[in-house]
Amino acid sequence: MGADLLQSLLRRPAGLISALLLLLLYGAALFAPFLAPTTPSAQDLKRTYHPPTALVWQDGRLCVRLYRLVDPSTAAYEPVAGQAAPLRWFSKGPAYKLFGLIPAKTHLFTVEAPAVVYLLGSDATGRDVFTRLLYGAGISLGIGLVGVFLTSLLGLTIGGLAGYLGGWADSLAMRLTEFLMAVPGLYLLLALRAALSSRFPSDATFLLIVVILSALGWAGTARVVRGLVLSLRERPFILAANILGQRPTVILFRHLLPNTFSYLVVAATLSVPGYILGEAALSFLGLGIQEPSSSWGLMLGQAQDIKIFMLNFWWLLTPGAAIILTVIAFNLLGDALRDAVDPRFRLPGR
Amino acid sequence: MTAFILRRLGTLVPMLLAVTLLVFGLMSLAPGDFLTPVKAQRDINPALIAELQKSFGLDRPWYEQYLRWLGNILRLDFGYSWTYKVPVAELIAQRAPATILLSLCSLVLAWGLAIPLAVLAAARPGGWVDKLTSGAAYFALAIPEFFLALLAVWFAAQTGWFPIGGLTSLDHDFLPFGAQFLDIAWHLILPTLVLGLGGVAGTLRVLRANVLDVLRAEYVTAARAKGLPEKIVLFRHVLRNALNPLLSTVGYAFAGLLSGSLLVENVMNYPGLGRLVYEAFIREDQFVVLGSVMVGCTLLVIGNLISDLALAWSDPRVRYGR
Repeated sequence: MGADLLQSLLRRPAGLISALLLLLLYGAALFAPFLAPTTPSAQDLKRTYHPPTALVWQDGRLCVRLYRLVDPSTAAYEPVAGQAAPLRWFSKGPAYKLFGLIPAKTHLFTVEAPAVVYLLGSDATGRDVFTRLLYGAGISLGIGLVGVFLTSLLGLTIGGLAGYLGGWADSLAMRLTEFLMAVPGLYLLLALRAALSSRFPSDATFLLIVVILSALGWAGTARVVRGLVLSLRERPFILAANILGQRPTVILFRHLLPNTFSYLVVAATLSVPGYILGEAALSFLGLGIQEPSSSWGLMLGQAQDIKIFMLNFWWLLTPGAAIILTVIAFNLLGDALRDAVDPRFRLPGR
Repeated sequence: MTAFILRRLGTLVPMLLAVTLLVFGLMSLAPGDFLTPVKAQRDINPALIAELQKSFGLDRPWYEQYLRWLGNILRLDFGYSWTYKVPVAELIAQRAPATILLSLCSLVLAWGLAIPLAVLAAARPGGWVDKLTSGAAYFALAIPEFFLALLAVWFAAQTGWFPIGGLTSLDHDFLPFGAQFLDIAWHLILPTLVLGLGGVAGTLRVLRANVLDVLRAEYVTAARAKGLPEKIVLFRHVLRNALNPLLSTVGYAFAGLLSGSLLVENVMNYPGLGRLVYEAFIREDQFVVLGSVMVGCTLLVIGNLISDLALAWSDPRVRYGR
């Protein structure tokens, strides 16, 4: 079934492109330390709010322009005419651990020391926005995947049990989901965050956010899984399993739930953006990922400075573009998947 | 009719109880309370702290505090805000109208734009209106609200066409009445656009699908066969039926708006409930949080009620049945 799904997905250009884009993004996040020219917390207080450095072709090599500070009060930089530093490919730079395990020093590109390469400019303390964007991708994108995995598991179990058992278990679960869906999500998010922050050490914020987002997010999945199980329960093959005298747990986990998987794959894909946006919102408010880590929401939160708007430091808003791109890609992929799955499952539109 | 409204308002009570209990419990799990900053001051008398703790009931277990708070609510006493030094009811009465105004404007914007566009798009599926609106909706749904708010502030700062934040100008109090109204409208434009855009996109997508569904119905063919102008078929026969599923979700849309306005208000410096809740959470100003959450939930239930009434008004089949 998986191969079929993949094949019909590949036949849809939008699905194919977004799948490739997501692979690219997750790949970039995975190899962030290698792709980035420096480390996310490397500051340079002499080069704050540096604009993106232009790349030029000079002496048969790709070079990066040199800049000098014209007016420190408005952070105005000016390229120095005719001067450029060549990019050094696969050169040694700051040490890092690939995948958090393998110690390495090789970076895709760096420049000779006094010069700097800021592909997307620098922030208020002269840190490289491009590097922080790559490192932040790991957290922002990772939360999406882990969160969806947890929610699907929760939603599948609770929804499956509610639909299969019926009775008081069903109504208890459904009242709970209604409650979760009726309360403004961010209010609960804030309350949960306040309550749980002391239970987690500060370097486990990632885990904390995933737990909070999943605790609020399983309701929708559970409701639909319950609906599917309710309708599947009356199908002949389940009746047959009942008559054969199979145990309820076997029926539930062997026969009922596997039949909801293709729905779950679609729903999971379509709900990843919710987690990415949720993490971004929390970090944006200063309640999510903390320094020195970096995430897209945190970077946007730090861009909330009137100086940035007034002086047009647009490159500090690039994490927003990254979020939009990712969300669109996940939505397109989800829609393509839904179209591919559709002949077997008419999904209720949200 | 009255019985219906009363029954709906009756569901408010258990919901408010559950929400406030949850928030109260969660907040009491959090370390510290609103007196923590006071305790950190070196020159403060421990006896004074003990007295304050006693007068606020902070020395009791949390369920006792909750019951006490509940008792005060029944006497319409929402407590006292430690950080703002005013009664909570006063604070909320100041802030809630701004949020209600913003949410209503966004809702009006969302529906006012989405309804005609969705009907036009669905009238010719695959036409240029359809393609354009679908593409725009896809994009709009992918933009996080706080990022859009950032872009709006950036736009305002760069062009100077709009105020950068707030609800009123500095000289608002000295303006004549008409100018005051214009001043507020001027400040509302950007937040409304920011908050409403996602709503436009969401409504558009749902409504387009509904209209397409209804267009297949036989009574539409009958209406066309009668020789009715297409405009009347679309807006009187199709739209009224296509709107019904949407009307029943207005309440949930309101929940989304309240969450969204929390972010938008914080970015755009808008003096509403969302900013109040956020700041109160940060400072652990318990009674402000509880009061705002209650008001938020009440607004939600009222939104749901209005949507049910609107549904009953537009669809005779559901008239006060349940």
